Amino acid sequence: MELISLGTFLNAVSQGLLWSILAMGVYITYRILDFADLTTEGSFPLGAAVDAMLIINGTNPFVATFASFIIGLVAGLVTGLLNTKLKIPGLLSGILVMTGLYSVNLRIMGKANLPLLKQPTIITTVTDMGISNSNAIMLVGIVSVVIIILLLVLLFATEFGFALRATGNNPKMISALGVNTDIMIIIGLMISNGLISLSGGIIAQYNGYADAGMGTGTIVIGLASVIIGEVIFGKTSIFRSLISVVLGSILYRIIIAFVLENGLQPTDLKLISSIVLAICLFLPVVKEKMFAKKSIKNMNGGANNA
Amino acid sequence: MLKLTNITKTFEPGTLNEKKALKGISLDMKESDFITIIGGNGAGKSTLLNAIAGMFITDSGKIEIDGNDVTNLPEHKRAKYIGRVFQDTRMGTASGMTIEENMAMAYRRGKHRTLRKGITKAERDFYREHLKMLDLGLEDRLTTKTGLLSGGQRQALTLLMATMTKPKLLLLDEHTAALDPKTAKKVLELTKKIIAEDKLTALMITHNMRDALKHGNRLVMLDKGKIIIDLSEEQKKNLQVSDLLSMFEKASGDSMTNDRMLLG
Repeated sequence: MELISLGTFLNAVSQGLLWSILAMGVYITYRILDFADLTTEGSFPLGAAVDAMLIINGTNPFVATFASFIIGLVAGLVTGLLNTKLKIPGLLSGILVMTGLYSVNLRIMGKANLPLLKQPTIITTVTDMGISNSNAIMLVGIVSVVIIILLLVLLFATEFGFALRATGNNPKMISALGVNTDIMIIIGLMISNGLISLSGGIIAQYNGYADAGMGTGTIVIGLASVIIGEVIFGKTSIFRSLISVVLGSILYRIIIAFVLENGLQPTDLKLISSIVLAICLFLPVVKEKMFAKKSIKNMNGGANNA
Repeated sequence: MLKLTNITKTFEPGTLNEKKALKGISLDMKESDFITIIGGNGAGKSTLLNAIAGMFITDSGKIEIDGNDVTNLPEHKRAKYIGRVFQDTRMGTASGMTIEENMAMAYRRGKHRTLRKGITKAERDFYREHLKMLDLGLEDRLTTKTGLLSGGQRQALTLLMATMTKPKLLLLDEHTAALDPKTAKKVLELTKKIIAEDKLTALMITHNMRDALKHGNRLVMLDKGKIIIDLSEEQKKNLQVSDLLSMFEKASGDSMTNDRMLLG
């Protein structure tokens, strides 16, 4: 008996790749900036809404996809300004923007659900070249993920990237070294939400619709991917972490596909997401405890030998 | 080099917790002066250094560094003049980043952060050479995260980072207080050596009166937000800790009850 069919597995891999763009965005705020940013749940559908609206109005799907990245920058900018200039706590800033964006997204779409049936998308552009639909999705996923990882690794190796990392790591120190941490937080949130929104745009094209409710639970999906990835695949460098996050996102989709194939309903998904994340958050603690026990054992063993 | 004119700072004014931390401090430092600062808990020593560094804007008075009025500049805009080492050994470096990355950030203190490489090959050699001076073997551990270093190693590294670009002003806030005596002594010697070699202008807070007398060319004692004693190199040369204590009692009308200062 196989756990999941090959088709389902490959499908989960491509979905994981597309969602990993969101996960990398979450990684930037949650890990690099040490900022729990809930803007995600608004910027993800924002990207989808803008992307779908533009495509329906005849914009080239690549331009529309890029536009969803740009609009995400704006969402991040607003959260950043609320937090740094108006001194609203980070978590609350994100909630405010996320909530406000719900209305904005409905305004953009004009209704709660915007189908993209028979519209050209970046995926159909690839299938038009004679590639099968599932391969096209995989290709789009791989190409975008490779480009984004490359750009992020380059960015984090610059003077600016160092300052951004230090802002999350030790703001007092980098401030004493002449960096305006407010600006760093704002730019970090912008890049993060740009990616999340971009992910929303691509997912909308993959799903064939944009929906006002598609943001719900995305922060949990993003965090789960980051944490599963880091726990299982390591986080010794930025490059390693980003690869881990992508693998984490894929693994998350495989877990979801597995539970769906084994009797649970799609409506159970959000609960499953939360449970998966709770387990992932708990894993490092278990790992540490096991490690501690082991070393005590070793110490005792050593003492017995002596 | 540093000129303070009557600076004051009150925290949480108008509340029950109101604290007049600095009550009109004036200080004129010449180039390559090395001032040691002592004073009891709550005397305003750290507040004074934080005011100079710009961690908050003072209520009144004027702060000039090397002829530039910095009174209303935020911390990050004063950074180009100031190198700092804090008491908490975790404060001086980004613990999740490597030794060379931390040094590269310090090397760019006060400069605009661009999209150029965060660290170059040539710099790496420069940092390796520089680290040899510490004699802690850190030159072979450039890619170790600073969170994995000991407190003493981190403090020595922070000192190196603060002085690498020869700042106009070096602020040391009890930077050896969290270290064990042997390491503290080593870091203090290193401090002295760097300040002397680079002719730096430095302010050093210490809780150790003997260190305060032994190092630097001027000694300032703070009490309740004011400078109550200001001794030149000549004046402090032959002083003992007991002399300093009686001077304190005379100046403040209080007796020195802080054990940490007496025993240190």
